[in-house]
Amino acid sequence: MNIALMNLIKKDFDSSNSKIQMFANLQLIRSVELLISDKYADQIFRCPVHLSIGQEAIAVGVSLNLKLEDKVVSTHRSHAHYIAKGGDLFAMLSELIGSPLGCCKGRGGSMHIFDKSVGFMASVPIVGSSLPIATGLALAEKHLNSGNTVVAFIGDAALETGAFYESLNLAALKNLPLLVVLEDNGYSTYSNKKVRWPDNKNVRETIEGMGVTYYNGSGDDVEEIYAQISSILSVVRNSKPSLVHLDTFRRYEHCGPSLDDGMGYRKPGEIESYIERDPIKILENKMISSGLISEILIKKLASQINSYVEDIFISMLKKNENYLKQFEMKK
Amino acid sequence: MSQTYISLLNQAFDESLKDNSKVMLFGLGVGDIGAVFGSTTNLQSKYGSERVFEIPLSENAVTGMALGLAMQGFRPVMMHQRADFSFTSAEQIINQIAKTSYMSGEVYKVPLVIRMIVGRGWGQGPTHAQSPHAIFSHVPGLQVVAPATPLDGYYLMKQSISSDIPVIFLEHRWLHQTTEGFIKNEHIPDLSEAKIMKSGKDLTFISLSYGVIECIKLAAVLSELNINAEVINLRSIQPWDKSTVLRSIEKTKNAVILDTGHIEFGLTGEVSSTIYSELFGLLSNPILRFGLPMEPTPSSASLALDHYPTIEKMLSEIKAHFGFKFDLAKAISIFNANFPYKSKHKDQPDIGAVGPF
Repeated sequence: MNIALMNLIKKDFDSSNSKIQMFANLQLIRSVELLISDKYADQIFRCPVHLSIGQEAIAVGVSLNLKLEDKVVSTHRSHAHYIAKGGDLFAMLSELIGSPLGCCKGRGGSMHIFDKSVGFMASVPIVGSSLPIATGLALAEKHLNSGNTVVAFIGDAALETGAFYESLNLAALKNLPLLVVLEDNGYSTYSNKKVRWPDNKNVRETIEGMGVTYYNGSGDDVEEIYAQISSILSVVRNSKPSLVHLDTFRRYEHCGPSLDDGMGYRKPGEIESYIERDPIKILENKMISSGLISEILIKKLASQINSYVEDIFISMLKKNENYLKQFEMKK
Repeated sequence: MSQTYISLLNQAFDESLKDNSKVMLFGLGVGDIGAVFGSTTNLQSKYGSERVFEIPLSENAVTGMALGLAMQGFRPVMMHQRADFSFTSAEQIINQIAKTSYMSGEVYKVPLVIRMIVGRGWGQGPTHAQSPHAIFSHVPGLQVVAPATPLDGYYLMKQSISSDIPVIFLEHRWLHQTTEGFIKNEHIPDLSEAKIMKSGKDLTFISLSYGVIECIKLAAVLSELNINAEVINLRSIQPWDKSTVLRSIEKTKNAVILDTGHIEFGLTGEVSSTIYSELFGLLSNPILRFGLPMEPTPSSASLALDHYPTIEKMLSEIKAHFGFKFDLAKAISIFNANFPYKSKHKDQPDIGAVGPF
């Protein structure tokens, strides 16, 4: 991998190069997820996976605002968050094959990805249960007077858990430096919000009524998200817990490597609408139309990032040769 | 000088807070006038409300908060005035706290204590009198301790706070006013070490928490009837001190296990199974087990009398089970003479406390 590309993916945000760096990070996540999807049928990644395809903009727009020392807590759908926070792809992919070289020594799998060294503290797949832990991490930062922020990514179904309300009350009571990023993809597995939320539910009033600041916005445009989170974080860092509610699109099935367009659980026209919502396409179009980069060059950049991911995958297999041998023997 | 269980526990908290600035205490009542039955008295004013504080009644979130603090190197002690309330945080305890260290490949240590008080008597009833040691002992990744004496409480709490493993600290409400002399330089037991409270050669009592006090009384009565019983105070339930128990049974060849929890799928079954497996053929008699029947604990004082195994009932069963020749009426009169209840009601401890509690 060339040094220029490495600099694009690294997380020290360079505002003079912001669009290209954002693109590189979006594409990095997309490439990893597509690789997992592609290899899944080979039975190499032997654990449930919840792919982030379609939801990358939130992970990147939030994490480019974070310092290494800021803490992140994620969910079952953690890959994008982990990669965006500067996680180690080798450790993540090794974890997905169940290897002792994985970030959890093969004990956690895709749903428990973590890396303390980059502040990616935990992935908690029991919906809502990450938030109590995030309050504790935030209380610790407050006690240590560190100036660090804790970001907890959650999905829309977390709003149906008791842990969510208990945690927000606690965060408001203790004035914790906690930002809850609500990635609202509209579905809990295959159930849309119609069967889960009453028609008159008002999320803003609910959150504000608990003493937590509420923001909302689109989860598709990484530049917008970056700017919005940047201004929210300046408030959160002063111990004002906040929740930002972003609409996003889970393009792949809830759990597994595939598209599930044939299942018929989405509204008519919803799948087609994704073309306009794909975070990578949105940014790409802006870059090309503003004359920042040519279509040829951007394709070249994407293909370089793909090769980079492919190389990591191949070297990951090689370093895990001994571990993988046991499966060959059983064939 | 003799001190109560509660005052020694208060001392254990005080010393832990003083020795390590990472120690934090929180729970319902920690900072109020009752101070969790007096166990946290003066600690908030001494160490500040940043470290010793009251909580919103959100046990699940607060338990997860304790985990987040522990992951960052703090040593939180979360407390429940009744163990039953901890079930609202079962998700955090079982799925998160017990598994965090394992799942992280031991990158994380989880030095936290969840103190749970077990109620009994004076109408506590179905949801304020449960002793959940078996439930939590079934979950890998947790240590479960249940002190029986004031010094147990003091040492086990200090060691639980120092431990890097999450500890469920179960404490019986009827122990709070028991007293014991504070012995400086006494052997400081390991967190997982059982204690032989009385040695004997004819029979081994194995119990935990308040059950140990009852076993000591049973052994005292039997000793006047020329039956020499050994009493083992397990102190730690998970892990439990198998070698101390097995060594004792090798000697006495007879075992009575008394649980403060329900009889099925619990401590008595686990300990019996180990004894039968390890010492098969050596036992003179089958193991006798006492515990609570498989019905929720009733509130009514009269119903509760049939629920808990009384000393009279246990003496009668011990006599029949082991074929002892002593006169039961005499045994009961020895018990009443040695351990007179100050109250005619037996739904409260014979020392110190009078309901409501």
